[in-house]
Amino acid sequence: MPDIFSHFNYVVVIVLMMTGLYTVFASRNLIKKLAGLSVFQTSVFLLYITIGKVTGGQPPILIKDKSYGVDDEGQALLDGVVQVAAGKDSYIIGGPGTDILYSNPLPHVLILTAIVVGVATLSIGLALTVRIREVYETIEEDEIEAADFVYNLEGTAD
Amino acid sequence: MSLIFAAAADVPFVPPLILIDIFLLSILVVVAVAIVRMRSLFGVVMLQGVYSLVSAAWFVTLDAVDVAFTEAAVGAGVSTVLMLSAMLLADRKSTPVPMRRQFGALAVVVLAGAAMLYAVGDMPAFGDVNSPANAYVGMDFMAKTAEEIKIPNVVTAVLGSYRGYDTFGEVVVIFSAGLGVLLLLGLNGNSGGWVARPNGQMLNDHSAPSAALSDSNVAEDPQAEDAQ
Repeated sequence: MPDIFSHFNYVVVIVLMMTGLYTVFASRNLIKKLAGLSVFQTSVFLLYITIGKVTGGQPPILIKDKSYGVDDEGQALLDGVVQVAAGKDSYIIGGPGTDILYSNPLPHVLILTAIVVGVATLSIGLALTVRIREVYETIEEDEIEAADFVYNLEGTAD
Repeated sequence: MSLIFAAAADVPFVPPLILIDIFLLSILVVVAVAIVRMRSLFGVVMLQGVYSLVSAAWFVTLDAVDVAFTEAAVGAGVSTVLMLSAMLLADRKSTPVPMRRQFGALAVVVLAGAAMLYAVGDMPAFGDVNSPANAYVGMDFMAKTAEEIKIPNVVTAVLGSYRGYDTFGEVVVIFSAGLGVLLLLGLNGNSGGWVARPNGQMLNDHSAPSAALSDSNVAEDPQAEDAQ
């Protein structure tokens, strides 16, 4: 079972990525291009998060080692539970002897930053699209290029 | 660090997780293909929101609860609203792309996809505790957060403290993006009466590019070119 599906996620995510990239390349409509870019971006997030998953793990939020891990004197009730002094509370960190396993938090942090930056770039792209629409009355690339050619806005012809 | 998790590594693979995995990924593939084929921009924008929301659901099954939260709020919420408002200001339909113009894009995409699929064999297996990505710095954060930052949510600790400069850079990017949108669109439309002068020539209503596409001028231009 694990052998068949060990790389299943990567393959599907690559297909999704290429679908988004294809939308960016093939479509001539600027809004659709940006939607494709968004799909491409989200697929990259999927790739990162897949890498950070640990089988049998749980979200990287430390479990408090207070109510059931130790008694009131701070004596460990379970053998081998690693205790870390953290103010009044202590948390179980994954380690030998614990049955707690956390997923890797680092990809999550990177992708959190990437999501917000992605929205920033998307908003710039949409603002450019709206501005292009104001001048050219169209957001189809072919028609924009045709208008540029007719009015020599690129300055290449005499 | 890898030895530490050796005891916990032989947790049996959970079949329901794989089923949810396959289910959500198939929805994502269907939505992505629908985005490629759809011509209505409203549909494309809404499907993009659906794509974000389904991927947020998938993030929950992969233990990335903070990312799922952000993706659902920012990716499926704010992005969709932004794209909808831009679509309202721009256009409703996209023109179909002729088949002969899709071959180049298809070739590039197939080549890039094949190269990436070729590299998939070198990736660590899904859920591998001892993979290089999972064994080193991420687990150091797990071990030290309780002691050094003293909050339970490790993602928040890394975001705000260990990689605080990264987050600061993110804020700078958002500020620049807001500034860029303001400069492009303005608060007040074109209240300053700014006029573009491409190549030093003054564009008026009849010589602007948009005028060529309005009904009255479209008929005139081809004739003018034929006459020359």
